[in-house]
Amino acid sequence: MSLYKIAVIGDRESVLGFRALGLEVYSADEDSVKDIFKRLSHRESRYAIIYVTEDFVPLLSAEISAVADELVPAIIPIPSKNGSLGLGAAALSSTVERAVGANIL
Amino acid sequence: MAISSDIKPTRMELKKTKARLKTAVRGHKLLKDKRDELMRQFLIIVRENRALREKVEQGLDKAMRAMAEASELMSPEILEQSLLYPKQSAQVKIDLKNIMSVNIPQYDFITRTDAAADIYPYGYAMTSGELDDAVDAFSDVFRDMLTLAQAEKSMQLMAAEIERTRRRVNALEYVMIPEMEQTIRYITMKLEENERGNITRLMKVKDQILQDAHGYDY
Repeated sequence: MSLYKIAVIGDRESVLGFRALGLEVYSADEDSVKDIFKRLSHRESRYAIIYVTEDFVPLLSAEISAVADELVPAIIPIPSKNGSLGLGAAALSSTVERAVGANIL
Repeated sequence: MAISSDIKPTRMELKKTKARLKTAVRGHKLLKDKRDELMRQFLIIVRENRALREKVEQGLDKAMRAMAEASELMSPEILEQSLLYPKQSAQVKIDLKNIMSVNIPQYDFITRTDAAADIYPYGYAMTSGELDDAVDAFSDVFRDMLTLAQAEKSMQLMAAEIERTRRRVNALEYVMIPEMEQTIRYITMKLEENERGNITRLMKVKDQILQDAHGYDY
């Protein structure tokens, strides 16, 4: 049995609320987000889930797809304080497309 | 499809290829079944995932707005301070569940404190009630966020497996099996041809022997 941690990466205001829940919160900006993400997504860091606010998802697309087929971590886009950009839904369709071979949604 | 020249048209080779074809056809059927079942399970998770995502996005929207409200009523320093040392700590235990040979994670959420009222990491003196609401809202949405993470990871892993299986099914169906069938056809025809050649030769030899013995002339 092994325990894993949960991390949240995003801009300071968006992630503040997650701190109260006991998640490990990393506030990032455009320059630092890649380094933070690389550090957290490494297997040895033992993060099961990394929530990333949608603003940063496009910056990390290469890094995210690198770990997509690994069991840990799960990279989950969440809306930032500015509301949803629909990236989560887009990621969903692209996963479906990968499996089915056509977009059926 | 060209028959590669290194196939020896022998009975041995024919037998081997027939056995391989049988295995391939069987494998193809099994893989196809696997693909169909994976796809069915996958689509169930996809549906679940879509509903969850919507719920989480709405919940987070609410929580973020509550937090924005709280931060307007409080000074940023105090807000930062109140949330600096969380009382709660969250960890995840991962169990694996096997669906059609794909290991998908089952997250089990482990928190330090259980009581719902015990999550505020601050005293009530310096903070506003809005902050309590915001923390509540975050805590409400978090359960769903965890389930969402599980569904989304499962989906990704299954998508990868479906893709792999589909490729293998297609490779068997459109490459391996036709190739073997053609090899079998080639060997069979070659063997029949040899057989005919042999019969002709025998007839010819018989004629020659008869001619030598009795002087028959054909």
